[in-house]
Amino acid sequence: MTLNPNAKLPENEEGTTVFNTDPLIIKYHYEMDYIHSYAQDSSFFTALGQKKLLGSKCKKCGYVYATPRSHCMMCGAETEWHELPLKGKVHTFTTCYFSGEEFLNETPFNLVMVEFDGVNSLFMSRLIGAETEDMYIGMPVKAKFRRNLKMSITDVYFVPDVKEEGKK
Amino acid sequence: MEKRKVYMVSGGVTKFTKSSPDMDFRLRVKKAFDYAMNDANIGINDIDGSVISYFSDHFQRQLMAGAMVQDYLGLVPKPSKRIEGGGATGGLGFQSGYEEIASGRLNSVAVCGFETMSHVNTWKGNEFIALASDTNFDYPLGGFYTGYYAMMAVRHMHEFGTTVEQLAQVSVKNHGNAMHNPYSQSPMKITVEDVRNSPMVSYPLTRLDVCTMSDGAAVAVLASEDKAFEMTDHPVLIKGIGTGTDAMRLSDRPFGSVPLLPNEKESDYKNLKYPGVHSFRAGRMAAKEAYEMAGITDPINELDVVELHDAYTSSEVQTYEDLGLCKYGEGGSFVEEGKANLHGKVAVNPSGGLLAAGHPVGATGIMQAVFMFWQLQHTIKKHFHDDYLQIPNAKRGLIHSHAGTGTYVAATIMEAVK
Repeated sequence: MTLNPNAKLPENEEGTTVFNTDPLIIKYHYEMDYIHSYAQDSSFFTALGQKKLLGSKCKKCGYVYATPRSHCMMCGAETEWHELPLKGKVHTFTTCYFSGEEFLNETPFNLVMVEFDGVNSLFMSRLIGAETEDMYIGMPVKAKFRRNLKMSITDVYFVPDVKEEGKK
Repeated sequence: MEKRKVYMVSGGVTKFTKSSPDMDFRLRVKKAFDYAMNDANIGINDIDGSVISYFSDHFQRQLMAGAMVQDYLGLVPKPSKRIEGGGATGGLGFQSGYEEIASGRLNSVAVCGFETMSHVNTWKGNEFIALASDTNFDYPLGGFYTGYYAMMAVRHMHEFGTTVEQLAQVSVKNHGNAMHNPYSQSPMKITVEDVRNSPMVSYPLTRLDVCTMSDGAAVAVLASEDKAFEMTDHPVLIKGIGTGTDAMRLSDRPFGSVPLLPNEKESDYKNLKYPGVHSFRAGRMAAKEAYEMAGITDPINELDVVELHDAYTSSEVQTYEDLGLCKYGEGGSFVEEGKANLHGKVAVNPSGGLLAAGHPVGATGIMQAVFMFWQLQHTIKKHFHDDYLQIPNAKRGLIHSHAGTGTYVAATIMEAVK
């Protein structure tokens, strides 16, 4: 028999943050790490290290996406990787002064949707090196890549393509 | 099997607030549920089952919260399920309740929606909401839905000449309407200048162009024809439902042609590449299906009132066009000319909408159904203690619930029976 009527939880000095008592409101911490696989999109992310942007081209209907899609949204057939040009134009833009908590310290930042010649859909990215008043629809931009990858979509970003701008 | 007619027989809503920690989600739903029960003088024995809708497991930090609501309401061991579809959660839940009755499975159903967004601060909430964008390709760029909508607004302005002042007029209208809705979170008498002068959130959208976080719950009771007329003399018919979808990533939206409504022709949109990122194809498809089912061919003249998903002023303007209240490109002038005003061509968001009544996500689409039900029952005065917002002769209305950047959209047509 191991019955012990004197059993007792150990006491410690770790307390709980209390914001209010009526109603009782406490701080509850919650955090986790994921073992996240990019799965069939993996090549897109590794190609960023070779300064390449990989979109997808439908083997059957020829539709070209500026994003990885292993299968075509138009016809359901399999696609193949399709290298995108590194120069494009701003299709639309914004500057964010607020954001989700994770990115608050990066505000203000610009988001753009980029259009490429010969590609049927768009690519969303950050644009640096320009203020809100500098951006416009049709603005020439070019892709740049981080040297030290984070293995995230943010490994590619866009900057104003001043050479193209000068040609106009 | 023949589809059965479905009616709404009662509804209830809690007052939407930024934060009301005095009630948890179960009690909040119970309050809305009891209001609905009392209003139709019915009880839990009249309810065959439920559909429970809430958006985010992250906000709730409680999986199977729907089961806890079912339990708290005293509806166990009857059938129930949870519906989730981002911002359209409430609208999809309402349609799921419709399907339970139309299919003949249940004779009455309580559709219950809630969200408790005050469990985290606004920045964290923005992050949770942005998890409803592609987490590999979109979320890491900024984790911010207002940014995506702002880009759509910029493109709408480019494509059609829409102005920021026109967008601001949506905010002025909806906050103003909410002054007479006692359930609303942000009633405000404001001007276009106030909207433009409030802090920039994501160019060109300011704080007053964007809805805020809310705590709230809403309940709609649906029933078959026999059961509905047993419960009340004034049920409201659900005349048609429609649901549309689009690519999760804005980037993947095609540049094709407009799916036309009966009041439009191909030549209206000769040079328009659609939907691109200026319009919501899912909203158009939802409206098209709902109109076909309800036999509506001229929406602006056949609808008396619309409660639509104005999470942003820009999305209200875009949605006028998707719903065919005006042609694509005319949304800005539609609001500018007062056509969406309380006594305009068709009253849009007389409740104040998401911008001013509030947007506790899982409750929102059901809140729209409840306000629409009261409009069509002509009982706004009874429930608001003020008949300012009652649309005279309101006979037919549309509710519109929208997720993502137009990723799921649910449109439902409701009609007064007499």
